[in-house]
Amino acid sequence: MSKTRTPAIDGWFKDGPNPALIGTQCTSCHSIFFPPERTFCRNPACMNDEFSDKELSRSGKLWSYTTNNYQPPAPFVSPKEEYEPFAVAAVELADEKMIVLGQVPAHIPVEQLEAGMEMELVVDTLFEDDDNEYVVWKWRPV
Amino acid sequence: MAMDEVAVLGAGMHPWGKWGRNFVEYGVKAARDALNDAGVDWKDVGFVAGGETIRNGYPGFVSGASIASALGFNGAHVGSSYGACASGCQAISMARAQILSGMTDVALVVGADTTPKGFFAPTGGNRTDDPDWLRFRLLGATNPVYFGLYARRRMELYGDTVEDFANVKVKNSQCGAQNPNARYPKAFNIDDVFASPMVSDPLRLLQICATSDGGAALVLTSMEYARKHATDPVRIKGVSTVTPQYPNTNIEMPDFAGDSAFAVAQPGVSYRDSIALRAYEQAGLGPEEMSMAEVYDLSSALELDWVEAIGLCQPGEAAKLLREGDLSLGGRIPVNPSGGLGAFGEAIPAQAIAQVCELVWQIRGEARGRQVENAKAGVTANMGLFGHGSSVVVSA
Repeated sequence: MSKTRTPAIDGWFKDGPNPALIGTQCTSCHSIFFPPERTFCRNPACMNDEFSDKELSRSGKLWSYTTNNYQPPAPFVSPKEEYEPFAVAAVELADEKMIVLGQVPAHIPVEQLEAGMEMELVVDTLFEDDDNEYVVWKWRPV
Repeated sequence: MAMDEVAVLGAGMHPWGKWGRNFVEYGVKAARDALNDAGVDWKDVGFVAGGETIRNGYPGFVSGASIASALGFNGAHVGSSYGACASGCQAISMARAQILSGMTDVALVVGADTTPKGFFAPTGGNRTDDPDWLRFRLLGATNPVYFGLYARRRMELYGDTVEDFANVKVKNSQCGAQNPNARYPKAFNIDDVFASPMVSDPLRLLQICATSDGGAALVLTSMEYARKHATDPVRIKGVSTVTPQYPNTNIEMPDFAGDSAFAVAQPGVSYRDSIALRAYEQAGLGPEEMSMAEVYDLSSALELDWVEAIGLCQPGEAAKLLREGDLSLGGRIPVNPSGGLGAFGEAIPAQAIAQVCELVWQIRGEARGRQVENAKAGVTANMGLFGHGSSVVVSA
């Protein structure tokens, strides 16, 4: 029986052939938020509380990166029985003028990363249980 | 606008280590030492300010009243404050406000904690509305991941090297080895640093601060009270507990993203730069008047970020200062003469208080083995999870 592909968090990203992070945009001051802000605008000069969803740029430049050589504590769940180190990327989205973190798929070694390189969004396995494959956004070199 | 001053009559610490005992014990030991140092009777303390312990990113055990109780309740007013790593600075700020408003003449500020082994980790359960839980779940983003990102950024932007970062550790460990309150008595060399395992590239284990048990305390008083009890007390001239200004485009713990500058331009002064700036403004002093600094070296590389943020040099120039020996004992402006967090480890509510203890001992000329020559004034800098600034300016 195949497992159900399930977002590890609801409403933060779009899966499928053209995956994207889902941010929000204030309908009054046009400030952009990720993770999506859906209650009150965080621009201190704006009292609005209405937002529209906005798909963020699917690619950007690698601002910085690092690795997790040791397994992080719970609630992190290792996708494999034996922990496999992975990189974490901070990617700068030019249009949105913001930096967004994401894991780098574990099969891409840190040696392949270089600041300033173009990175694109993918949706990849976070971990699995008996019934579900939980997926999350990640960044990989274009 | 220069603020009125308060006096530091006493400073005390419980040595930092991995003792595994109740935090109250460390807090009481530090408090009694600070009271003895001040020559102030506990019954004269009118306000007790406690920095809250931290458990899983959030406030843990009640500190102010627990420590006051263990000292023997004396009827003083009490307050406990939480600002993650900035909790101790909030306690100092609260005590200062009580004194300057005339509510009390004498305040005891105390912070102490007992920490679990290993990475700081969030609270259990399924807490999908908690950013601190989610960053571990979705990103596996431990604190060293953020330190690694900042360190790599310096290498890319300014050309800092892994040798620079290792030399920060070497420099601070030499001071820490002379400090009886520090946890690690070893003076490491650069080979020791490179022999330690990689944790979050480019940072190795010896470049990331440990989690420790420890305590620190200060006795603060009005200047009028101090004049009757001490001839020439060290003074607190500025205390900053500022939050960021939107949009803060840097990636801060525990966030997934920096703020977007799409609709609103970044403020002229970055968040980190604003923290000490606000304390300098209150003090009527600037970085050029400082004899030393105690800054928040969660990682060796992060110390260099702070050297720039507190105005000791322009952005990108901190590694040059390090290489030229300016930041070492005997240099132009020694940074972390206590040994810093690299030598102490984090006992979170105590550390902003401990930074001030060190400056006080330095200005009094009591920092044996690690004394900054002609120490007249100093600045501390620190920052707590969720947007808590922390900076104190102290002078003779």
